Amino acid sequence: MSDALKDLAGYIEAKRGDCVAGWDVSHGELNIDVTPSNIAGFVDFLKSDATCRFTSLVDITAVDYAGRDKRFDVVYHFLSMYQNHRIRLRASVREDEMVPSITDVHPSANWFEREVFDMFGILFSGHPDLRRILTDYGFRGYPLRKDFPTTGYTEVRYDEVQKRVVYEPVSLVQEYRQFDFMSPWEGAEYILPGDEKQTEGGK
Amino acid sequence: MMDGTKGFEDALTGEQKIRNFNINFGPQHPAAHGVLRLVLELDGEVVERCDPHIGLLHRGTEKLMESRTYLQNLPYFDRLDYVAPMNQEHAWCLAIEKLTGTVVPRRASLIRVLFSEIGRVLNHLLNVTTQAMDVGALTPPLWGFEEREKLMGFYERACGARLHAAYFRPGGVHQDLPDALIEDIDTWADEFPRFMSDIDGLLTENRIFKQRNVDIGVVTEEDILDYGFSGVMVRGSGLAWDLRRAQPYECYDEFDFQIPVGKNGDCYDRYLVRMEEMRQSVSIIKQAVAKLRVEKGDVLARGKITPPSRSAMKTDMESLIHHFKLYTEGFHVPAGEVYCAVEAPKGEFGVYLVADGTNKPYRAKLRAPGFLHLQAMDHMSKGHQLADVAAIIGTMDVVFGEIDR
Repeated sequence: MSDALKDLAGYIEAKRGDCVAGWDVSHGELNIDVTPSNIAGFVDFLKSDATCRFTSLVDITAVDYAGRDKRFDVVYHFLSMYQNHRIRLRASVREDEMVPSITDVHPSANWFEREVFDMFGILFSGHPDLRRILTDYGFRGYPLRKDFPTTGYTEVRYDEVQKRVVYEPVSLVQEYRQFDFMSPWEGAEYILPGDEKQTEGGK
Repeated sequence: MMDGTKGFEDALTGEQKIRNFNINFGPQHPAAHGVLRLVLELDGEVVERCDPHIGLLHRGTEKLMESRTYLQNLPYFDRLDYVAPMNQEHAWCLAIEKLTGTVVPRRASLIRVLFSEIGRVLNHLLNVTTQAMDVGALTPPLWGFEEREKLMGFYERACGARLHAAYFRPGGVHQDLPDALIEDIDTWADEFPRFMSDIDGLLTENRIFKQRNVDIGVVTEEDILDYGFSGVMVRGSGLAWDLRRAQPYECYDEFDFQIPVGKNGDCYDRYLVRMEEMRQSVSIIKQAVAKLRVEKGDVLARGKITPPSRSAMKTDMESLIHHFKLYTEGFHVPAGEVYCAVEAPKGEFGVYLVADGTNKPYRAKLRAPGFLHLQAMDHMSKGHQLADVAAIIGTMDVVFGEIDR
């Protein structure tokens, strides 16, 4: 299985070397790193090429790596029902960068791109109708960014006096509970009280 | 707007101008199958444009998952497609097992197949019968829910909960099945075909049912590719695409079953495909039961991602520590990213999991089949009558738990 995927990756790289920034096969899945600027043409190639025939769009999503310079990874999954294989494309984008929409190639990308815009605030150029999709009408902020708090910023309740639903800033009766069960012996890097100097010296 | 002010002059002077009519379908509508709001633009009774507004059941599952351990995240999957909960858990377990390289014991694998197929019957029973209700039949849902009740009884006897099961765990299933339950499932599988022929008799050749479904919402091969359909939406149009067969997971490759396909791709064919899939599922259930009678043994892989046995915990300090750490800190999953998909009753349900080596997922994306199906609503309902919208939504099999997440 993975040999076939490696052959496929080699084939794609040979054909469209300008789009492929790198590839790997891990866990039996083919990943291709692509440059966002010519993603639409590359996806069109994957769809129409007889060897690839990635005709079904499975998913578009993004991952927020908050510390990175190119903050987001936009991730595309495609499936070929004819050749029975899958592919994943990853494109790293900066926060202020726009990604070309692939709705012309795959109409099903429409809602996925809306969702990515809604959740991460990534803009897609050439999208016909880039509205919010899952969040409330008039919602502000991008919930799946790592700097967005899980509680959100507003809460709603029905106001008996005004006879309508009102929005208010979140006020928690009890502090949001975020337990840290990481073991101090493995994995976690704890700074124990009194040890601050030692860790500074260690670095 | 619907107030009639725009472009509308006095009815007595000059010609009366015709304008399109916008209506809201839902969010509270029995045929919307949940909290769906459709903004429909109608020309007379013909749908010109259909704009689904979703997200009314958005609970931020993906955000919540980022701050919980892998095991704590499992119950969220029951709340996605709450009609067939265990099939969703399956995708999550497969993703974790792929990253950690866990091998599931054979008995657990068989139990998973058994309950995945029970989930499929649960889902199709609900869908076929309520879709029939949307087009005017009242008896099928009453009968169908009776059978669903029996199946949820099996859920309860396996894991203690009728709906929110949390039964599939990374590394296997939570508890072993009692022998009596396996026998009862077998008895049910013997009796179920009689119920199927009852429903068959009510619907398949029913004149009203056929008038409402034949040639409605036709899906072509091009639509399937353009809109990313999966599951019954594909098979109803004649493509024999089933992940259980095409990309086998668990131990589906050792089961003998057929993949039913439709010919015309309309609502009626999808109904027929669902009916036949239920019969095939019953056959898989029978096979799994027969294998489970012989196959005894563990139902959880031994290792760090599963709890130690109760007796080991009482006698062995290491096991006690392991148990405590597993249910507080949780297990760590090696860094990497995987996409795991299962053939859920509604189509391809997938989990894209990005792990960073800690005890919590860095990012988990849930790919729900209904999301794509509903997206094609505008395309599919265009040119149909208003009453057909209900039939199309019904046959698309949308559940808002998974679409809104």
